Amino acid sequence: MLRIVTAAAIGITFGIGIAISGMANPAKVLNFFDIAGTWDASLGLVMASALAVAAIGYRFVLKRPRPVFETRFHLPANRALDVPLVAGSAIFGIGWGITGFCPGGAIPALGLGEPSAWIFVGAMLAGIAAARTVRFALQQRATQNT
Amino acid sequence: MNVRCGTAHLSSLRHFHLQGSMLTTDFTPIAALSGGTLIGLATVALMAFHGRIAGMTGILTGLLPPISADWGWRASFIGGAIAGPMLLTLAFGHDVTFASPIPDLWLVIGGLIVGVGVYFGSGCTSGHGVCGLARLSPRSIVATLIFMGTTAATVFVVRHLIGGL
Repeated sequence: MLRIVTAAAIGITFGIGIAISGMANPAKVLNFFDIAGTWDASLGLVMASALAVAAIGYRFVLKRPRPVFETRFHLPANRALDVPLVAGSAIFGIGWGITGFCPGGAIPALGLGEPSAWIFVGAMLAGIAAARTVRFALQQRATQNT
Repeated sequence: MNVRCGTAHLSSLRHFHLQGSMLTTDFTPIAALSGGTLIGLATVALMAFHGRIAGMTGILTGLLPPISADWGWRASFIGGAIAGPMLLTLAFGHDVTFASPIPDLWLVIGGLIVGVGVYFGSGCTSGHGVCGLARLSPRSIVATLIFMGTTAATVFVVRHLIGGL
């Protein structure tokens, strides 16, 4: 129960941060990337400040033996600079550039009651689910062939 | 062109102005730094309490079928992330400026592209751009450089070569 409440409180903090910062506003996001046009540098400061706090905080937190509610820190094990990482990131940027929505910006935007956020998130979840189905199918075929 | 704009309270248009088909937005350094600090604090807290990367892609993926066994904290975090802006606007009366200049069809196309991209790329702006860079993860540094580049390139093509969607 305590861990559910804590996760909700952390989610609320994240959502308020996104909303205040402007990351939930597609017009502002697109303008950050439009250096040749209506440039708005705000998002650079959002990422810089979030990154600075996270980098300092992680230094202290990751020195501890374990997190409060878990037996270990769940850090990504994959270290490979592989094709899915590069291609996936490139594809993500194309979608972000078309819509101005990234996952972390769009989920809090749902709480603003904006229809465009709901349309985007619906399509994004379908995209994640489709990609996952394809990857599972490919993995299954690979194991059957060996 | 279908331009939709508004604030959560529909009360203020002061932060953006329509100029033909372009939306300009004001430079808001104080809001950017305070919002970014909160995002950073949430990121650190999720690691300190739950031992988890605060990446929206990874957290959401565990809530799609096959649903991961630890769905409780994930659903709770997502619920909080949606409730946060609701609290801010409804309970505290804070204006959150919002403008989406993109037609619905392109939101669907772009949403599908983002979903496929973040799944294969194992993360997005929060997971790679904040958490991963904070850990100096080589994968995240590469991913962030690539998606920031393709996003800027896409915006340039859409706005300056095609002339808008």
